[in-house]
Amino acid sequence: MGQTVTVCGEACPTSVIETHQLAKMFRDRKRGEVRAVDGISFRCEPGQIYGLLGANGAGKTTTLRLLATLLKPSSGTVCVAGCDAVREPEKIRARIGFLSTGTALYGRLTARETVEYFGRLHGVGEDLLQDRIRGVFAALGMGEFADRRCDKLSSGMKQKVSIARTLVHDPPVMIFDEPTVGLDVMTARTIVQFIRDCRQQGKTVIVSTHVMSEAEKLCDRIGIIDRGRLLVDGTLAELRTQYGMADLEDIFVRVVEGRP
Amino acid sequence: MNGRAIRIVYGKELRDSLRDRRTILSMIVIPVVVMPLLMFGIGSLMVKTMAKAAQEIPHVMVIGGEDSPKVLAALHAARNLQIVPAAEDFTNAIVEKRVRAAVKLPRDFDAAVASGDKAGVAIYEYQGEIKSGFAAENLNTFFRNLRDTTVQERLESRGIPVDVLKPFAIQRQNVAPPAKVTGSLLGGILPYIIILLCLTGAMYPALDVTAGEKERGTMETILCCPVGRTDLVLGKFLMVLTASLGTVLLSLLSMGATFHVAKRAMAGSMPREALQTVATLDLGGVAGMFLMLLPVAVMFSALLLMVGLFSKSFREAQSYCGPLILVAVVPTVIAMLPGVDLNASLSVVPLLNVSLICKEMLSGTWHWNYILLIFGSACLYATAALAATVRMFHREAVLFRS
Repeated sequence: MGQTVTVCGEACPTSVIETHQLAKMFRDRKRGEVRAVDGISFRCEPGQIYGLLGANGAGKTTTLRLLATLLKPSSGTVCVAGCDAVREPEKIRARIGFLSTGTALYGRLTARETVEYFGRLHGVGEDLLQDRIRGVFAALGMGEFADRRCDKLSSGMKQKVSIARTLVHDPPVMIFDEPTVGLDVMTARTIVQFIRDCRQQGKTVIVSTHVMSEAEKLCDRIGIIDRGRLLVDGTLAELRTQYGMADLEDIFVRVVEGRP
Repeated sequence: MNGRAIRIVYGKELRDSLRDRRTILSMIVIPVVVMPLLMFGIGSLMVKTMAKAAQEIPHVMVIGGEDSPKVLAALHAARNLQIVPAAEDFTNAIVEKRVRAAVKLPRDFDAAVASGDKAGVAIYEYQGEIKSGFAAENLNTFFRNLRDTTVQERLESRGIPVDVLKPFAIQRQNVAPPAKVTGSLLGGILPYIIILLCLTGAMYPALDVTAGEKERGTMETILCCPVGRTDLVLGKFLMVLTASLGTVLLSLLSMGATFHVAKRAMAGSMPREALQTVATLDLGGVAGMFLMLLPVAVMFSALLLMVGLFSKSFREAQSYCGPLILVAVVPTVIAMLPGVDLNASLSVVPLLNVSLICKEMLSGTWHWNYILLIFGSACLYATAALAATVRMFHREAVLFRS
């Protein structure tokens, strides 16, 4: 795989997510070289929710993993919160909160122990950590089950623990990978409200989803991704004007089917 | 490397593991309760079964001998033989366990013995069947005694003293101290058990912090933290190592305690010397074995972490562990075989080397040059396994294998 990674530019300010010609290739025994992400460029500003819209296998999760520095780009640049993903991955990880599909909790730890663990790993000092935990637990109404083991909690409670885990180090950038998949209506609403709150607080938010209604309600800017390529990128109003359609699902189908 | 991060990960993993019933089972319950029960339970059951089989008066057939009433009468009078009517298919009767053994007398046996002619008897048994073995031994003893008595009578009739057949006496005497005798008896089996426990103690924690984390989705969240991957994997590794060594230590303590209890329990029923021989372990040897197991535990922990990292799910990881256990068992079993002794080339064979040196140390023999060579090579293998694990934890293709 040819490594032509360049570092992010000087102009990438704090809190912004910016990618330039980002690509990720994998080797697959059966399929040979697979371009999971193929030259994606976009920018996501603070106080804005950017929606990455695509079908299963379109490259959404790989893109988000590249932003979170879980994967190294094959080429192109990723700049998150003023840091370059190749040169300063740990600095980026200190400034992001990542919430993926499923609650991803340690069942045998209590809610408090879980949040403390992630806080400590993010280098939050002990006094500040306890203050943050008190604040986050109060805001999310977690006092009642703070000392119960995660495997004994309801799915709504688990989701709150997950949220508290991503917030404990107060990250300026939030990354959500299909956050409402498989959740019941009430829990999904909690998550959607949480994403909106993040925008309210001026955080930079990127959400991947394949649920059109969710993207329509939530996102300020939408990028449609298919087979690793970002096909269109704009606000909902811009997309509606460009394609002469009101419904996002219709726009999505037109964009994906219209692809050569 | 960041010591604080390693400590945080280690602390969390240890707490998490100690709340896992599977870890508690493999780390505490099996070594402390099950292993001594198995070792001494099966041992005492075997002794009891053997004693019962030895006490049983076996049914045997006498084939022929109608013309030899003297020997027949003596056989009927023998307290440790129950003579049953002879049958033509006596060999089948033995195989089908209807009788335990049979003896075939030649024609005119009594007359041949009386006249000094040569006469041969044949004893039939089911080889490998314990009760048949006892019956054949009883028959053998009967005819050996009869032969000795006949020889004695013939010598006396010729006026020759019986001692002419025994020009000198032979006496065997043990010079090894009791601890060495026990060490030699246990030297083969103890390293085998302990090495196996060293592996099984590390197994569940290792798979849980790797394949288990992948399955639960927590691997992705933990990798999103600003902690180096080397620190993460070292924290996990140290916890697995703790579980492995904890299992070994608890096993040794529990076996020591069982020995102590067994010694006290048998104190009344066994002669003092015999008791010393069966239940005295050399503490130095046990300590030496524990030290030799340190690099083995490191290697096992690292290998199991690699298996877990490579697997997509806990179940997949478990299926790889079966062959791994087999690979670990084979060299330790080879070390138990009689005649397999330590030499320079075996000193660098992983696991076989440690098993053999443990055998020596438990019987109180300290070959320092071999000890250093084996400890050095074991450390080398352990370091290589750990380095490979750390490298594997940096590979995207492994961590996100789907």
